[in-house]
Amino acid sequence: MTNNAALLMKKTVQAAAGLGGIFAASATWAANSKYNFQEPASRMAADIHDLHMWMIWICLIIFVVVFGFMFYSIYAHRKSKGAVAAQFHESTTVEILWTVIPVLILVGMAWPATKTVLAQKDTTNADITIKATGYQWKWGYDYIKGEGEGIAFVSTLSTPRGQLEFGEYPGENYLLEVDNPVVVPIGKKVRILTTAQDVIHAWWVPALGVKQDAIPGFIRDTWFRADREGVFRGVCAELCGKDHGYMPIEVHVVSEEKYAAWVAAQKQKSAAPAAAAAQPAPASAS
Amino acid sequence: MSAVPHDVAHGHDHHDDHHHGPTGLMRWITATNHKDIGTMYLIFSFIMFLSGGVMALTLRAELFQPGLQVVQPEFFNQLTTMHGLVMVFGAIMPAFVGFANWMLPLMVGAPDMAFARMNNWSFWLLPPAAILLIGSFFVPGGATAAGWTLYAPLSVQMGMGMDMAIFAIHIMGASSIMGAINIVVTILNMRAPGMTLMKMPLFCWTWLITAYLLIAVMPVLAGAVTMVLTDRHFGTTFFNAAGGGDPVLYQHVFWFFGHPEVYIMILPAFGIVSQIIPTFARKPLFGYASMVYATASIAILSFVVWAHHMFTTGMPAKTQIFFMYATMLIAVPTGVKVFNWIATMWRGSMTFETPMLFSVGFIFVFTLGGFTGLMLSIAPVDIQYQDTYFVVAHFHYVLVAGSLFALFAGTYYWLPKWTGYMYDEKLGKRHFWLSMIFFNVTFFPMHFLGLAGMQRRVPDYNPMFADFNELATVGAFGFGLTQLLFAYVIIKCIRGGEKATAQVWEGAEGLEWTVPSPAPHHTFEVPPVFEAKGHHH
Amino acid sequence: MLVRLAIAAVGMFGFGFALVPFYEKICEVTGLRNLLVSNASDNAENTQVDTTRNIVVEMDANTHSLAWRFKPLQSNVTVHPGQLVRVDYEIENTLDRAVTGQAIPSYGPKVAERHFRKLECFCFTQQTLGPKEKRIMPVVFVIDGTAPVDMNEITLSYTFFEVAGKG
Ligand code: HEM
Ligand SMILES: [Cu+2]
Ligand SMILES: [Cu+2]
Repeated sequence: MTNNAALLMKKTVQAAAGLGGIFAASATWAANSKYNFQEPASRMAADIHDLHMWMIWICLIIFVVVFGFMFYSIYAHRKSKGAVAAQFHESTTVEILWTVIPVLILVGMAWPATKTVLAQKDTTNADITIKATGYQWKWGYDYIKGEGEGIAFVSTLSTPRGQLEFGEYPGENYLLEVDNPVVVPIGKKVRILTTAQDVIHAWWVPALGVKQDAIPGFIRDTWFRADREGVFRGVCAELCGKDHGYMPIEVHVVSEEKYAAWVAAQKQKSAAPAAAAAQPAPASAS
Repeated sequence: MSAVPHDVAHGHDHHDDHHHGPTGLMRWITATNHKDIGTMYLIFSFIMFLSGGVMALTLRAELFQPGLQVVQPEFFNQLTTMHGLVMVFGAIMPAFVGFANWMLPLMVGAPDMAFARMNNWSFWLLPPAAILLIGSFFVPGGATAAGWTLYAPLSVQMGMGMDMAIFAIHIMGASSIMGAINIVVTILNMRAPGMTLMKMPLFCWTWLITAYLLIAVMPVLAGAVTMVLTDRHFGTTFFNAAGGGDPVLYQHVFWFFGHPEVYIMILPAFGIVSQIIPTFARKPLFGYASMVYATASIAILSFVVWAHHMFTTGMPAKTQIFFMYATMLIAVPTGVKVFNWIATMWRGSMTFETPMLFSVGFIFVFTLGGFTGLMLSIAPVDIQYQDTYFVVAHFHYVLVAGSLFALFAGTYYWLPKWTGYMYDEKLGKRHFWLSMIFFNVTFFPMHFLGLAGMQRRVPDYNPMFADFNELATVGAFGFGLTQLLFAYVIIKCIRGGEKATAQVWEGAEGLEWTVPSPAPHHTFEVPPVFEAKGHHH
Repeated sequence: MLVRLAIAAVGMFGFGFALVPFYEKICEVTGLRNLLVSNASDNAENTQVDTTRNIVVEMDANTHSLAWRFKPLQSNVTVHPGQLVRVDYEIENTLDRAVTGQAIPSYGPKVAERHFRKLECFCFTQQTLGPKEKRIMPVVFVIDGTAPVDMNEITLSYTFFEVAGKG
């Protein structure tokens, strides 16, 4: 490679920097836009988001450099411009370089990724354990450890059926709303155990940075610690039959007080029907 | 026909060039000539491409707006599944085998494929398989709707359409294996004197390696679907925890086939592009040896990365990290290929006829798919991408802009050799530009859909995804219509046009360009003498 | 030619049969399929109780299209590695006919499987419950001392499947 190439290299780097600038400017705008991940609501989701942006950056730079060469060549080395073909067809130095440099770049990617994997897999010391069971086509939840232990309910799609069929304009949370949401306290480590009744499903809430397949006959675990209150919506992310698109997940992250109140209300609710059932006949009551 | 000049590679006179066997339909049914069989493969795959395309457009029509307007969810899932199966096993794979049949003997200077009758059989297994597969739409319960990956236990639940799909896969697998054996033997045993392995055209190398991949993994797929079959009907419990089995086992077996399979669909494409770029750059391929080694290392690595499709199944951290590193490594040889192509273009003397346009388009857009592949290989981030439209975008960038664009490039490149006429260059270029634009309009927005949280394989979605879906649907219909233009260009070229010379392209090199255009029915009955030009001084 | 074909055929047939012990060996090495077997025998070397470590073991129960009520009688226990622990599960058949079921164990996190040794378990055999029968069934286990230090929470989960055609 000659002067020519060095000059080109310089130009390309400048171009990359320029493009990068535009990209950086748009990055803030891209946060929580429909062009990128949902705004993270947990440390893990934020780490994933950062890794993702890091990957995009690296890829963008490689892209600009590599295709800078290609498009320059397309522009300059055409027969119609009188270009005469050189006859070189190998260069050990260049070939070693473009094998070694990518390896180094990969190391730069692998390092932070490995740390994140280890964090993701660390389900120890959870405050609350909730089991999510996938059914065709709804989710069942059992709070099996921590505050709220014993709460159990089934969560199904609550989008009005009319909207599902025809015509009617869908509401804002169309297909992403359920009758009984999962409620968890902010700042607590929540461990999610997944399993399934029939086929494989997957429990996915993007803003919390968790996705875990639910496998019939076996349990798997994952975890999250929400760092802001709000309603976070997800979906089943493994094809599970006809109504795969109709079994959303809704997680409400609330303050500890609200969570305690919710637990109390749930306990009462489950106690009430049990008590009612204990009465032999409605007539003999009262 | 008798006016056609004789095979110039061996100037002496021999019996006539045209065909002597049965005529009419029997000519095709009993065909053993590699060119006839190649043609049949190409026609078959184009028909399957159109069928799969109709299914895809139905899917896109349903996804044009939120709500259910066109099809019901059951049928939607059948369509997604069949679209995938038809495109992979019916369109892309047979198309590459068609190229192999037509071109390998011409490139290595052999009179035909090694086992001509087996070749006939490999092709004629395909139509029954296709009928079985597509016919499954019409049986009670319809076609299988378990996704092209056919994950158990969902596939165990399906109706008899699933059994038909399993048998179709068995038959197509047998066909692929026979085709692969034929290719291996032809390349290893029938090269012209003087053509050592390291002097073969790169297309031969990529197909040689692909053929080994096929022989290695098609039986694995057959095993996977057979286990589904016995779980369905014969009381086994391979994928059922109740009897000591495990549903995740299916995924391991499937992807042990599945990842090499994606390379089966791309390595021959690399080969085609590696033939075309030097021709139109009028400059020898850069780094021939490193291209061969890169292809081989991609093939070997492809056996140890399968679990990157299973990062969300809940494997231990160590396993995840292993598969992440192994997958990332594949980017290195893939990168080497891209660099080699660009270095081949560098300081060449380029012209941009349609084959070159599609090849350059291939490099550009396929590489985007490679970048998203690299992103997907990062296990902790894949958690967010897996089973979303981001993955759909990724594999269409590598399969449509990769494999399919390379097939288009190859078709335009060798069409004059096949038909004896030049195709309509203006229409060819138009086909390229329309394909390129509509392809990106269709699939680029899918990256955003996936990132924002839209899962794949659903017929309906939240209105926040509406605008990108609308755009994708518009693009898809544009892309679909553009392919009719392709059919028109081909038919027009078969019918006539400017006569093609033997050389066809100014910068073309290789034995296939030493025979007249159209290539006579019998070529290289006496082995040609091969002198390597260009690479290897 | 015929002889060679015959040899090849016999060879392939033999290979098919050789696969049986071969896969058994693989399963043994990889730890697959020994779900139904007590692994009591190989824990002799680890009888030392490590009281410096506490591990919370959570109990979980699932049924798979089976009309049984199945639940653990304690939601979790805190144990030391090396300590012999007994927990109880309750199963109840809600039907008026006898039903046979098989429990399949599973562990969260998955790697815990390697350190969890069950000496006694209702999952070692099929269980047949008479009409409306209720039964309390123990699991006796030890967590071996080789469990990683940061593994301080393990879920022991069972799923009961009906054994078709029995009962
Ligand atoms: C740099 C090279 C590549 C890398 C690192 C890569 C990586 C990946 C990964 C990690 C996935 C799994 C994504 C997920 O499901 O979460 C994936 C999916 C896929 N890839 Fe690639 N890939 C590469 C090239 C290719 C090529 C060349 C093809 C085919 C020509 C291909 C076809 C596919 C297909 C079809 C799927 C989706 C399968 C399915 O779930 O149905 N990829 N790729
Ligand atoms: Cu689902
Ligand atoms: Cu793969």
